[in-house]
Amino acid sequence: MTGVWIVLEQREGSIGRISWEALAAGQQLAAQLNLTANAVLIGSQTESLAAEVAARASGKVVRVEHPLLAAYTADGFSLALEQFFRADAPDYVVFPHTYQVRDYAPALAARLGQVLIGDVTGIGEGPVFTRQLLQGRLNGSYRHPGSGPCFISVQSGAFRAEPVAPDAAEVSVFTPVLDAAQIRTKPGTPFRDSAQTVDLGSASLIVSVGRGIKDAENLPLVQDLATALGAELAASRPICDNGWLPMERQVGSSGQTVSPKLYVAVGISGAIQHLVGMKGSQCVVAINKDPDAPIFEVADYGIVGDLFDVVPALTEAVKAAKQ
Amino acid sequence: MKIIVAIKQVPERDAQVRINAAGKWIEETDLQWAMNESDAYALEEALQLKEKGGGEVVVVSAGPERVGSTIREALAKGADRAIHIDCDDLAQRDALSVARLLAEAIKPESPDLVLTGLQSDDLGYGQTGVILAALLELPHASLLLHVEQTSTGLHVKRELEEGWFQNIELPTPAVLTIQSGGSKLRYATLMGIKRAKTKEVRRVTPAELGVPPSAVVVLDRIAQPQKQKSTQILPGSPKEAAAALVEKLKFEVRVL
Ligand SMILES: Cc1cc2nc3c(=O)[nH]c(=O)nc-3n(C[C@H](O)[C@H](O)[C@H](O)COP(=O)(O)OP(=O)(O)OC[C@H]3O[C@@H](n4cnc5c(N)ncnc54)[C@H](O)[C@@H]3O)c2cc1C
Ligand SMILES: Cc1cc2nc3c(=O)[nH]c(=O)nc-3n(C[C@H](O)[C@H](O)[C@H](O)COP(=O)(O)OP(=O)(O)OC[C@H]3O[C@@H](n4cnc5c(N)ncnc54)[C@H](O)[C@@H]3O)c2cc1C
Repeated sequence: MTGVWIVLEQREGSIGRISWEALAAGQQLAAQLNLTANAVLIGSQTESLAAEVAARASGKVVRVEHPLLAAYTADGFSLALEQFFRADAPDYVVFPHTYQVRDYAPALAARLGQVLIGDVTGIGEGPVFTRQLLQGRLNGSYRHPGSGPCFISVQSGAFRAEPVAPDAAEVSVFTPVLDAAQIRTKPGTPFRDSAQTVDLGSASLIVSVGRGIKDAENLPLVQDLATALGAELAASRPICDNGWLPMERQVGSSGQTVSPKLYVAVGISGAIQHLVGMKGSQCVVAINKDPDAPIFEVADYGIVGDLFDVVPALTEAVKAAKQ
Repeated sequence: MKIIVAIKQVPERDAQVRINAAGKWIEETDLQWAMNESDAYALEEALQLKEKGGGEVVVVSAGPERVGSTIREALAKGADRAIHIDCDDLAQRDALSVARLLAEAIKPESPDLVLTGLQSDDLGYGQTGVILAALLELPHASLLLHVEQTSTGLHVKRELEEGWFQNIELPTPAVLTIQSGGSKLRYATLMGIKRAKTKEVRRVTPAELGVPPSAVVVLDRIAQPQKQKSTQILPGSPKEAAAALVEKLKFEVRVL
């Protein structure tokens, strides 16, 4: 079965953008290495989805199907895919780096004596896989010199979701041998917490504060800037984790996605989980004392300095300009 | 319950990092070190479970001599004892090899629960806990904000993307990876710091555990990321920079 195998993720009967990106990444990798690119769909009723995939894929499309795979469980998915990939070892397996993949792919790889190269942002000659280290402050290049399949997962937004060579693929079914007793966890239905009262998604101006603020006591400093600008106040995760601001003001992969005209990031380092929530902003301003902070990679304007000096000065300047 | 918490020592968040001469890792000599953030939440969860249901909290950490300070911090916060896997060969190990070390140290303890952080702040693989579950052949759940002991096992709250959550039931023993923010972290008290000095820290070596270093994936090179966007840095004093930014906001971004 050699070649590149891309494992697509479905949610509520549809395939998300990040899975199409993973497909494109896998197809690029296959083209680079002169291998076939094949797709895997896992679940219990994937027939129509498989047809959709087949229209965008080349190589084979395999439906790993079993009634016990209807709801996602780490046990079910890793057992089923282990059987599938043991049947005939692939060269590469490519996943989208989603919460679900984080939950089972490392165990699947371990069962096969492998290690997932996770959250990959680029694939170079070799192949060499790039991923971020130290929350985006550095990049690392990884190789898989060992034998056996190489497992990678790709970061959301890192690859463009364009199939390289769409060519109606043939669809087949693989039925794993699963027993209900092998599935040890009982998952509940996903839910959202209490209704949100702040809709940052429609805000046109946002001032967002990060751990650089050091203490809840210092928040008024940023609140004053937000008020002067007429902006909503938002935050990075640690601020909400500490309970300094409510979770509904959190921007990022586990919070809200925003796309204001202006996003002012104050004392925020710019970890990928934060960036995915705000990179649609029209103009990004970063205030940070570290000139190498990753937030400057996405900022239009930057002020390198101590926020405790810069923010009050900016608040005054905004007030003066508005008079 | 007997709860094991895996804790990793990582560079202090605000530490200045420099790429080492070989271009393979960061210069470690002058670094400050701290407890990995999500591990602090895992420890907190363990301490709260013990406060509610009794039992023991045992910390395990793999690393050189220096991780002793992070182990002491965990003991000062209330962990009962610790296992220090004393090794300086971590750079030759991938996540599977590190998980094997942890698994071999944990097995003889026969815990009811193993907690890890969700992801390290430095290498950030976000895998060690899940691999550990596979090696120990235990059920697992990851990215958890809340853990509750029930009559049949565990009830946990898992974070999903974009503000969604999911509850999961699972039996014990189990391995859980903990996300930050589920509860408020405690500080070590003076009394706790004093007591920590008398708590047991057992040292074991990779050789004693029978886990030599190995790696199927290799970190070849590290580098500064290339900028994708040309940021216009506004120079000068805070006042000058602020004035320059206001000009931009007024005439170019047109939001003032
Ligand atoms: C599964 C998962 C989901 C996540 N979801 C989210 C999410 O939805 N949203 C989110 O934000 N994060 C999320 N995170 C966390 C994310 O990885 C980062 O840890 C977080 O974004 C860091 O927040 P920060 O930038 O405020 O803090 P830090 O990374 O600590 O950065 C603080 C910054 O402040 C600067 N600073 C310090 N002092 C000063 C000063 N005096 N003046 C100026 N600058 C100063 C520092 O140079 C630094 O750059 C998630 C992580 C995981 C693993
Ligand atoms: C150049 C280089 C330098 C390295 N330096 C170190 C180092 O200084 N320290 C180090 O631990 N490893 C080091 N490693 C080894 C190793 O690759 C990773 O630490 C290991 O694979 C775990 O991955 P991670 O840190 O991304 O953890 P993740 O998979 O992100 O960690 C998840 C959780 O696993 C637990 N965990 C992870 N590592 C440990 C540990 N050592 N002890 C106890 N619990 C742990 C924690 O609860 C953590 O929150 C190095 C590797 C290289 C290539």
